[in-house]
Amino acid sequence: MIVTRSLTKRFGGFSAVSGVDLEVREGDRYGFLGPNGSGKTTVIRMLLGLVYATSGEIEVLGRRVPRHIGQVLPQVGSLIEGPSAYGHLSGRANLALLDAAGTAGSRRTRRARIDQALQQAGLAGIDNRAVRKYSLGMRQRLGLAAALLRSPRLLILDEPANGLDPQGIREMRDLLTGLNEAGTTVFLSSHQLAEVEQLCTRVGIVDRGRLVLQEDLEALRAPTGRVVVRSPDADRAAAALDGRVQHREGDRLVITETDPAALNARLVTAGIRVAEIAAERRSLEETVLAVTSSGSDHIDRAEHAGRQARQVGGPAR
Amino acid sequence: MIRVELLKLARRPRSWVSVALLCGLPVLVAVFVVVTNLAPPPGQGPALLSDVLSDGSLYPAAALAIVLPVFLPVAVAVVAGDSIAGEASSGMLRYLLTRPVGRARLLGAKLVALMVYVLMAVVLVALTSYATGVALFGSQPVAATPNGLTASNIAATSLSGSALTPAELLLRILGAVIFIAVSMLGVGAIALFLSTITDSSLGAALGALAALVTSEILVTLNSTSSVSPYLPTRYWLSWLDFFREPILWRNIDRGFAVQGVYVAVFLAAAWAHFATKDITS
Repeated sequence: MIVTRSLTKRFGGFSAVSGVDLEVREGDRYGFLGPNGSGKTTVIRMLLGLVYATSGEIEVLGRRVPRHIGQVLPQVGSLIEGPSAYGHLSGRANLALLDAAGTAGSRRTRRARIDQALQQAGLAGIDNRAVRKYSLGMRQRLGLAAALLRSPRLLILDEPANGLDPQGIREMRDLLTGLNEAGTTVFLSSHQLAEVEQLCTRVGIVDRGRLVLQEDLEALRAPTGRVVVRSPDADRAAAALDGRVQHREGDRLVITETDPAALNARLVTAGIRVAEIAAERRSLEETVLAVTSSGSDHIDRAEHAGRQARQVGGPAR
Repeated sequence: MIRVELLKLARRPRSWVSVALLCGLPVLVAVFVVVTNLAPPPGQGPALLSDVLSDGSLYPAAALAIVLPVFLPVAVAVVAGDSIAGEASSGMLRYLLTRPVGRARLLGAKLVALMVYVLMAVVLVALTSYATGVALFGSQPVAATPNGLTASNIAATSLSGSALTPAELLLRILGAVIFIAVSMLGVGAIALFLSTITDSSLGAALGALAALVTSEILVTLNSTSSVSPYLPTRYWLSWLDFFREPILWRNIDRGFAVQGVYVAVFLAAAWAHFATKDITS
């Protein structure tokens, strides 16, 4: 769906993106992550032919960009750095102008297309108020509706959850999952790691213009080969499992073990009460912090961040 | 896309307010002149105004002379300066281009919308001022003389001008309208080019106006006579030659040629810059 090879963009002397090799497969829900200013938006703009690459190749929907951008874009819906609209016009009028501005699509079915997009974005009952008077969340939904006009095969969304309340985020997740199941590939950038973790099947992480990681979420979240146990009898448990306890903090033990069920049976057989037990998995946050931090403090910081994440609700979930 | 751009122009209150102001100014002047019955003496004040008292059907020409030096270029520069920069600052440029609208197509549609706006503004000024003139000053046959127009009652006694039929007068006013519209297109082309460079529509409009002011200052200097034939405002007032008998084509032709070159050069520059630009707005 999207392939880039050594994609590089320099603005003057500043390297915004260097040597990025993206690979988004058909049917993916791809989460594009990275700190602010890491080059995410520049990559997205290059995919859409707004910014021209300094070097490297881009293929979107199997065609070269920007050379064949005219054939690619009609099948792509996008939301780039926040929604925009003409403030003095209504949401419907804005969508009508955008729809008329594109190449394909007959005028007779325009109304139906707009109604469908508004329906999907949760704005079906919208009135003729000018967009100027919309709330942040309504604007975001209107931007999403604009991206969904003409049922694109590929959605490229920059921070789609911005400005939405928890209910709205949930609706958007359901919408994107539904569209994805119906065959739309979704490529989205986000800061909200929890969002990406719940929505995406694959992630790419950029840091300072470089793609530092690209992996299926399943693989990233595979068990680490350790089990976390919480027990009121932590002392006895530590003694019983001597040598395999990697880390202890009050009643919480981290044990080298791949099979939580077997460990549980063993503890219970020994008369040790178990309050919580689960295989340890790396959260996306840990992974992101690990690869986007640098140098020798990398392990320490990952450990530290991981502990926080687990306390908030890691393995017990 | 041209339809979309025209729709956007029509739905923007600013377009109508600016045209209404352009049409309102000559009406205001006419009311003052008719109330006081004091026209500026020939050779002073806006061109042709002194002749209007005796013939209202001449007022479109006087009205165009009133709005041409400042108001018309300002209105055109604002609309043209807004064309790309306005889309950029509202954030719609990226959504239009990814819809997709080709960059050349967008620029072309903006240009057509600009031309429609310019023509509409000039024609509406001519029409409303014709109505104003005939209503306030009445209509009498006018005579064209080598020195310009004169009301025929004066011409009969002083100069040997031949009376213009209403059809002839209409044709000459039409010629003036076209000439002025082309001159304004020159302004528009400069503003459109600047509009592709900056993301601030105000900056683009002011830049174009600065170019015009520079040109108007240079034209008045003797020391710039070597370059003045190539300045954009040099032949702006040459449309007055449509009202001489016989019509003095020399400066009119040069005016068309100079504006044609400005339009071509700045549109080419606008296209070249816009087509290769990184859209980061």
